[in-house]
Amino acid sequence: MSGKEQFASIKTSYSIEKAFNCITKIESPQKKSNGKFIQKIGFFLLGLSMIIVLVFLGSIVYFIVTKGMRAISWEFLTQVPKSAMTKGGVAPAIVGTLYLTLGSMVFAIPLGLACAIYLCEYSPKNVVVNIIRISINNLAGVPSVVFGLFGLALFVKFFGFGVSILSGSLTLGILVLPSIISAAQESLLAVPHSLREASLALGATHWQTIKKIVLPTALPGILTGVILSIGRVAGETAPILFTAATFYMRGYPKSVFSEVMALPYHIYALMTEGTHPEAQTQIAYGCALLLLILVLSVSSVAIVIRQKTKISA
Amino acid sequence: MKEKIYKWAFTVLAFSSLLFLTGITIILFKESLPLFQKVKFFDFIFGKAWYPTYEPPEFGILPLISASVLVTIGALFVCVPLGIGSALYLHELAGPKQKAILKPTIEILASIPSIVFGFFAMAVMAPFLQRLLHIPVGLCAFTASVILGIMAVPTVCSIAEDALSYVPKSFKEASLAVGANRWQTLTRVVIPAAGSGISTAIILGMSRAIGETMTVLMAAGGAAIIPNKLSDLFAPVRPMTATIAAEMGEAAMGSFHYHALFAIGLTLFFITFIFNIIAELISRKFRLKLGLSG
Repeated sequence: MSGKEQFASIKTSYSIEKAFNCITKIESPQKKSNGKFIQKIGFFLLGLSMIIVLVFLGSIVYFIVTKGMRAISWEFLTQVPKSAMTKGGVAPAIVGTLYLTLGSMVFAIPLGLACAIYLCEYSPKNVVVNIIRISINNLAGVPSVVFGLFGLALFVKFFGFGVSILSGSLTLGILVLPSIISAAQESLLAVPHSLREASLALGATHWQTIKKIVLPTALPGILTGVILSIGRVAGETAPILFTAATFYMRGYPKSVFSEVMALPYHIYALMTEGTHPEAQTQIAYGCALLLLILVLSVSSVAIVIRQKTKISA
Repeated sequence: MKEKIYKWAFTVLAFSSLLFLTGITIILFKESLPLFQKVKFFDFIFGKAWYPTYEPPEFGILPLISASVLVTIGALFVCVPLGIGSALYLHELAGPKQKAILKPTIEILASIPSIVFGFFAMAVMAPFLQRLLHIPVGLCAFTASVILGIMAVPTVCSIAEDALSYVPKSFKEASLAVGANRWQTLTRVVIPAAGSGISTAIILGMSRAIGETMTVLMAAGGAAIIPNKLSDLFAPVRPMTATIAAEMGEAAMGSFHYHALFAIGLTLFFITFIFNIIAELISRKFRLKLGLSG
């Protein structure tokens, strides 16, 4: 018997044993009807939890869409804030969020891809690489506020970039670096070895193989990871609290060293600072809707790409 | 020659990103160590008073840790039943058409930014709960727990559903073949087989809840007291993440307050690190048990 068959037979005997154990507990017909009753209740509870989840998340989206719609107008999208944040628009915050997202990606995509390519294609396969992989996974789970502290100490203070677009972009870039690396690594590892070997056997060099065979095959997976992290960066607030964001600007940022308004931070500031809570909450609804549209449409694109590649694979 | 340049370039880029990532640990240590010249490590973790701006200041983070724990446990009560329940629904009851819509929808909802949840808690949920439950303040540990739990549901649900889908069909078929009904098969064969995958989902959900900042900053109220009776569930609390976010703006650079906030960051770093290691170990065991590679 080959190892695989042996394993399959162990697996089957394991499941039969499990099932048998479970059946021997059911003896009388009375218990059997009980079982049916319990099944009904169980399935009802599962359905109920799905409904509760959808209702809750749906109502969050519903509240923000209906109330946010009232705040959004052409003026809201294109004007700077006026009269102590109670009138005017949030254009600088929209622009700021775009700058920060763009900046962080310019930094994180090349570094993350290079790191993943190195770990999968060039580095020797040993314990060290394994440790690196595990630590990258772990860093993906570190709270975003801790990344904010790191950005404050390193970029704002030590490098002297101050509270600026540059510091904020770098901090956000490092925040998503681990997720980009592990997404890219996963899709590179999923490329079959036979493809690489075929390319090398035809006389292609190592780099040609990577560029023309491995990367195109892994592209959908990498793209999904990158797009999901764009959505994440656009909505992150904690890392830019002390590295980039400011509540109020009269105009638009002038250079990478200026402070910047950002949609997520603007929502927070509108809810916790200022003196006109009613008018500010209205604007915050508008900002929340803009952010929701931005993030959900970005992540929908990513999920659609993932779904399509799943089907074709 | 060209090959060598590429290899060299990738090595340099890879190591510079690794340098940044190790830099986080180094910087957290470097910026928090000065605090421990003044405060003993034991007094920091178990000190019962957090008055960083008083004279003399007190840097005990027990109230903050207990607030984080309280809010996280509260969130688990919401996200575990709902997350696992909806994952089981997707796996067992949803037809292919339903699943094709629900699964991506939940994945997309998982990307709603935390600030939006915090905003919803503050603008809609807190006033609503305050009226419904007749509590003095709407922004309290309870509100924060509920919203954090809801926020973690999509994460828990999609990881748990993945774990369920890895259980080989033969397990289920064998159980049904010997006469078990679907519910018995689900609870006594499929769930135990996917058990470690499901626990990974719960741990990652927990790790997300304890590290979440903006939601708790906006929804938890912000008083640094140690919750010790049940009614404190409806009192404002100040978890670790919210403390860092709220106070870093006012702490003077290089002051003990500043270093204390970094020390809280370091504590958080270790807590989530331990959670992630546990999740990694469990999921590895799970893959071995089901004979999956990697």
